[in-house]
Amino acid sequence: MTGASALMAWPVIIPLLGAVLALLVGRPAVRLIAGVTSVATLSASAVLAWEVAHRGVLRQSIGGWGVPLGIEWRADGLAVLMLLTIALVGSLTSVHALDHLPDREDREFLPLWLLVWCALNALVLSADAFNLYVTLELTTLGAVALIAVRRDLPGLDGGLRYLLFALPGSLCYLLGIALLYGAYAALDVGLLAERVQPGPVTWVAAALVTVGLCLKTPLFPLHVWLPPTYAGAPTPVTALLSALISKGSYYVLFRLWMEVFAPVMDAQVAQLLGLLGAAAVIWGSLLALLQSQLKRVVAYSSVAQIGYMFLVFPMATEDARAGAIYLVVSHAAAKASMFVAVGNIHQAVGITALGGVQGLAGRMPFTFLALGLGGISLIGIPPSGGFIAKWLLLNASIATGQWWWGVVLLVGSLLSAAYVFRILRGSFLPLPEGVTVRAIPLGNELAPFALALIALVLGLVPWFPLDLLAVGAAR
Amino acid sequence: MSPWAVYALSGVAMFSVGLVGLFSHQHVVKRILAANIAGSGVLLVLVALARRVPTGVPDPVPHALVLTGIVVSVSATALAVALARRMARLQAQKAHSPEREPVSDGERS
Repeated sequence: MTGASALMAWPVIIPLLGAVLALLVGRPAVRLIAGVTSVATLSASAVLAWEVAHRGVLRQSIGGWGVPLGIEWRADGLAVLMLLTIALVGSLTSVHALDHLPDREDREFLPLWLLVWCALNALVLSADAFNLYVTLELTTLGAVALIAVRRDLPGLDGGLRYLLFALPGSLCYLLGIALLYGAYAALDVGLLAERVQPGPVTWVAAALVTVGLCLKTPLFPLHVWLPPTYAGAPTPVTALLSALISKGSYYVLFRLWMEVFAPVMDAQVAQLLGLLGAAAVIWGSLLALLQSQLKRVVAYSSVAQIGYMFLVFPMATEDARAGAIYLVVSHAAAKASMFVAVGNIHQAVGITALGGVQGLAGRMPFTFLALGLGGISLIGIPPSGGFIAKWLLLNASIATGQWWWGVVLLVGSLLSAAYVFRILRGSFLPLPEGVTVRAIPLGNELAPFALALIALVLGLVPWFPLDLLAVGAAR
Repeated sequence: MSPWAVYALSGVAMFSVGLVGLFSHQHVVKRILAANIAGSGVLLVLVALARRVPTGVPDPVPHALVLTGIVVSVSATALAVALARRMARLQAQKAHSPEREPVSDGERS
């Protein structure tokens, strides 16, 4: 184990230790431990990102067992960018959760979130198909517990629904991996990429893996579990689900398609994935436009935003890949910010209907600034991370001569502008009579604003993440 | 057809039956059982694949995967059963006191 490769273990070990410690101690100490753990994990991820940016891809064989028998971890630009996103978005969302959740839930939320964080970090670092399955399951089980953290009926129902959709998803994925192992006797992603040949086994395996991961992500039309689950979970948990946990399965799909399946697959299959993505963009945006509940607007918007990420598969150029990952990162920041802001509005006035925001812009400036900035990134107005992502995808669609994906991007942007402005419009009207606005802690107001600023800064300095992404991406 | 292929195909059949059951039933316990049947099917495929190496000695890697798969499926089942139990209790409580409606959209007012 060399010095630089050993750095890879810290982003996984620190949250795990923190979670175990936090489970053992009382309430005041939980917050202290969670805070220290978050800062430590963030620093560990940053150090690892720095090393990768300067030295290139790092590899580590777990327990000293090399490929093909052992499990290999790999930190390339994509993986460390995801680590940084998870750390930044995750810790800011938990800052909000501290004052949003009551005592008992707060005590249970923090250790669970640290466990999910550990699983997500392990997920983005693994380069082994079966290790990806295990970390994906850890993420799912942790997420289910997080959804049900309030122990009321909507929460429990949402958690169970999510679990019963995620289970067949991971079973499909596991069967696909079993077929791949049976045919090529390899589980390591790099080895699989070398050995996979076009043929019926590969196609069936690719179909199973794709369907399984699309169920978890969730891609239209497999998104039916999403609205009730997102509605039932507490707002900070919804933010984590949409911003980070659903990206875990997308990340696996992205890796496996780009590195293993894309070279041996017909172009039509990739077109089909793109078509489903396009349908998700239109359908999700339309439904978001029709919702009357604030949280549901933001939830359906996630269905649409995930659709954009699937447009990368038919184009598959360097620009398109960078665009898709850029969208993952900026959507994580923007969507977490919007969910957290919605949670603030709820805390302040206790209303979840879309009309309930009337007159609040003046009372909760940071919250609405966050909603606005997050919305700008979702629509793709410059300067924002969403703009850079859509710009890269648009370029790719023109460069590959597939102009229709560009049209989908533009129509989707117009529709998202419609639902974002529908939220914001009411907030500038005068405050109606008889509505009392409760004061909310400053930390809660600043957390979504900081998240929205991340989405904004992603649009102002795109070269740092893009350079990082290029590390180890030339395959 | 070689023996391992028979087992692998039975595994695929079990997986399909479980999957159909998972999406066609409404009852939570039936769905959890169906998920377990589908999971066992996948594990059966893995066990069968271990036998296909030409030397006659089973491949140990799928066996390791099956062990991990069993651990994962036991934990997932336990979690699902715990959630279902809790839900049943809450629903029973709600049935006894109809004036306490659950707050919509999962948010407390």
